[in-house]
Amino acid sequence: MTVVLETKSLVRRFGQVVAADGLSVQVREGEQVGIVGPNGAGKTTFLNLVTGYIRPERGTIQFMGRDITGLHPRAIARLGIARTFQIPQLYPNLTVLENMLLAWAAREGRIMDPWWPLRRTAWVEPAMDLLARFGLAEDADWPTYTLPEGKRKLLDVALALALGPRLLLMDEPTSGVSVREKFPLMDTLMETLIPAGVTVLFVEHDMDVVLRYARRVLVFQGGRVVADGDPQAVLTEVPAVPMTGS
Amino acid sequence: MKPRWFWFSGLAFVGLGVMGFVLPRWTVFLLSLALARGLAALSVALLMRAGLVSFGQSLFFATGAYVAAFTVRLFGIREATVLLVGAVVVSMALAALAGLWIARYREIFFAMLSLAFTMILYGWLLKAYWITGGTDGLRIPPPTVLGVTWSVDALRTVLYEVTLACTAVALVLIHLFLESPLGYAVRAVRDNEVRLEYLGSSVWQVIYWTYILAAGLAGLGGVLTALNVGHVDPQLAYWTTAGEFVFITLLGGTESVLAPLIGAVVFEFLRTYALKYAPYTWQMALGGMMLLLIFFMPRGLWTLRHLRFRKALS
Ligand SMILES: Nc1ncnc2c1ncn2[C@@H]1O[C@H](COP(=O)(O)OP(=O)(O)OP(=O)(O)O)[C@@H](O)[C@H]1O
Ligand SMILES: [Mg+2]
Repeated sequence: MTVVLETKSLVRRFGQVVAADGLSVQVREGEQVGIVGPNGAGKTTFLNLVTGYIRPERGTIQFMGRDITGLHPRAIARLGIARTFQIPQLYPNLTVLENMLLAWAAREGRIMDPWWPLRRTAWVEPAMDLLARFGLAEDADWPTYTLPEGKRKLLDVALALALGPRLLLMDEPTSGVSVREKFPLMDTLMETLIPAGVTVLFVEHDMDVVLRYARRVLVFQGGRVVADGDPQAVLTEVPAVPMTGS
Repeated sequence: MKPRWFWFSGLAFVGLGVMGFVLPRWTVFLLSLALARGLAALSVALLMRAGLVSFGQSLFFATGAYVAAFTVRLFGIREATVLLVGAVVVSMALAALAGLWIARYREIFFAMLSLAFTMILYGWLLKAYWITGGTDGLRIPPPTVLGVTWSVDALRTVLYEVTLACTAVALVLIHLFLESPLGYAVRAVRDNEVRLEYLGSSVWQVIYWTYILAAGLAGLGGVLTALNVGHVDPQLAYWTTAGEFVFITLLGGTESVLAPLIGAVVFEFLRTYALKYAPYTWQMALGGMMLLLIFFMPRGLWTLRHLRFRKALS
């Protein structure tokens, strides 16, 4: 199968801390990869590197066979890589629907359109559908700063999904989401992503979620990949790695 | 805009149009000036939506005004419509240039840069007196409107109606803009630049185009002021003029395109009466107003629109 993402020997330091210490990762099309590891292992740093939020000091990143090292986040986003955040990144003073509609406008490449209204029927309908799938339809007209943390997280994920990405990177999609909502959220996500052939990479502290939704697991520690393989095997093989975390 | 507000503003504009024929000339003149300033305040409000405070919209206000004066002087063109279009185009072109640089900055840096730009223009207008007339400024002879040379009496009303029409058109356009994807992106910039970039859009571009659009508004306000007053001087570019626009914007509010306009009308009459009854302390009166506003109506006079409905309920 085609390789969607390939990083070679990525290095990134923050002062004394080596957040990425020669990260080489290969992800094939349609895979669902879980990333686990203790706090400070460099998981978020890896996502930041791939999405162009920070630049590697050494190493290269390829997406669909194309070198994207050093590209700006917006250029990478346009190529089809979307991400979600450990702390939801929303527009607090816009409503849930307006947040979603902006993502939809971006998907259509029409953000810079200064003329026809954002609330056009052709966008509102699919946007509401997507919100409904995440159980956010009733909150559509509320500014997002009024939402509880769990729903903010859901919306953050929904926004990334709205872009229709080839590759979706998620940073702890279920943290902050109530225990009851965790599995439904992941079910919704996977039901949408897998048939569409979207490749998924998600950082996760909840091992139940990883075991259930990842086909492959990468274990990060000290900025390195210390294990890579089948979830069941990897998570029992590497008991030495402390998995506790936020 | 909800239909209620659409009809309300439509009626208000028709009402204002009729006033031009009814009210005393002096009041009509004040209203013209207020509307022109309202446009400049709207331009400040537009940038505020992106979280940017400009202390330099006088740059484009003065540009619009001086473009009209120069066009009359250099090309002998006195047709108001041509002067209006020319002023707006030149103001936006200037913003397209200055924006290349200023659109990278935020917060205090944006404010200081915008201030610096307008002070540069002010300095040049003072020094290049052989072109600009220095402190005395330039006179603008009475323009023709739609090819017609109007009598002095009629011109006051005609210019007022032109000002009103320009304001109405600008308001509709800006309203449509604010409802568009780009208009929402402007608010998204203030809220969260990171998310906007991750949607694949350029925050820089959003700010750049907003800055140009805002300049067009301020330039329009400037040329309308120049035509109504019949005179331009460097004071138009001075930072206190820009400060006044910010004051008006805060007075009116930024939630609706109508708010800065209402702020401008209230401000114009407040200042006129304050000057009349307290010639030495009128600035203090305005400062006091500002304090009251910050404490009781931090979102501006626009907050008052709720009062009506609350009263109706009780
Ligand atoms: N922008 C930054 N500036 C300075 N240090 C940073 C920065 N980003 C990450 N680090 C450091 O790099 C290391 C890896 O951080 P990272 O956020 O990638 O860890 P993580 O695996 O996502 O941890 P967590 O499970 O807590 O989210 C940490 O020691 C962190 O303090
Ligand atoms: Mg992290």
